[in-house]
Amino acid sequence: MSLLDYFRSKKPATASIAKERLQIIVAHERGRRDQPDYLPQLQQELIAVIRKYVQIDDDMVQVQLDKNDSCSVLELNVTLPED
Amino acid sequence: MAKIIVVTSGKGGVGKTTTSASISTGLAKHGHKTVVIDFDVGLRNLDLIMNCERRVVYDFVNVIQGEATLKQALIKDKRVETLYILPASQTRDKDALSLEGVGKVLSELAETFDYIICDSPAGIEHGALMAMHFADEAIIVTNPEISSVRDSDRILGILQSKSQRAKDGQEPVREHLLLTRYNPERVVRGEMLSVGDVEEILAIPLLGVIPESQAVLTASNQGVPVILDDSSDAGQAYEDAVARLLGEKREHRFLDTQKKGFFKRMFRG
Repeated sequence: MSLLDYFRSKKPATASIAKERLQIIVAHERGRRDQPDYLPQLQQELIAVIRKYVQIDDDMVQVQLDKNDSCSVLELNVTLPED
Repeated sequence: MAKIIVVTSGKGGVGKTTTSASISTGLAKHGHKTVVIDFDVGLRNLDLIMNCERRVVYDFVNVIQGEATLKQALIKDKRVETLYILPASQTRDKDALSLEGVGKVLSELAETFDYIICDSPAGIEHGALMAMHFADEAIIVTNPEISSVRDSDRILGILQSKSQRAKDGQEPVREHLLLTRYNPERVVRGEMLSVGDVEEILAIPLLGVIPESQAVLTASNQGVPVILDDSSDAGQAYEDAVARLLGEKREHRFLDTQKKGFFKRMFRG
C-alpha cells in the first residue's frame, strides 16, 4: 500500500463478502442436489391440484424431502392467500 | 493398472488446459508413461499449449469412429520421453464422443500407460461428462473468485452422482483441489478469497496453489508447459503438485506475500 493510499479511507474487505455469499449459495445448492429428480414435477402437479380450489402463485408451495436414518419425510408447505 | 485423472472445473478460463499440460508433463518427467487427452471437441487447444499443433494428423474422434488406430493418432512429445498427446477433433458434432467409444479408447490406453489425463472442456455438457465419466481421480481447477468456486462445487456434485464409480457403487472418485491464479498480496488486502476460504467452502483436499504468474502466458506463447520453466514460481508450484499427486508430502509454497523494500512499499504499492 502506498503512502497516498494509507491516508485514504479504508475500503471494506470484499473477500469476506464473497465468502459469505458463497457459503449461502453453495449450502442451498447442495441441499437441492440430494433431492430426487421427481420433486420439481411433483411440486408442479401439487400446485395444479391446489389451484382447482384456491388461487395460489407458484412460489407459495414449497416441497422438500428430508432424509433421516430410518425414514424420509416429505414436507409440504402451502401458503394460502389472505382473502 | 492405469490411473485415469480428469482435470475439470465447470467454469472456463480457469486453467484446465494449462494444468493438464503441466501435470501430464510432470508425471512423465517422473518416469511414468503418460497420455493427455483433449476432450474439448470443436475447440481443440491442448495441441497449441503442448506445441504439437502442426503434427496433428488424426484425432480422438477418428480413433473412436475407427478411421485411425490409436498408434496413428497419438503424438509423441518431443521434450519428455514417455509423454503422448491425443488431440481433440475440430468437428462441430459434439456427440462424436460416445460413451462406449470413449470407454473403449481409455481401456486400450490403460493397457500401456500408467496415467491417463483427461482435459475436460468447460461447462457441464456432453464433453465434460465424457471427460469425467471414467475417472479414478479428479483435479478441480478453481480460481479464488465466486463464480469459479460455485461452479467447482457443482462439478463435485456431478462427479459424485454421474461418474462410473458412483454408478457402480465403487469407492468414490478421489478429489483434489488445485487453486490457480492465486495472488497473496490481494488476499492480504482482503480483496481475494484465501486458500483457507476456498478449502472451507469446497471441503476437499488441497493438491496445490499456483500463484498468478507472468510465466504462464510466456510459456503458453511458446507452447511450453509451464512446469518445464523450473525457474518460475508457477512452474515450481506445479512440480510440487505433481509430487503430491504421487504421494509425496510437500509444504505449500507461494502463499505469502513477498517482502518488499521500504521504498517500494512507500511509493509503488
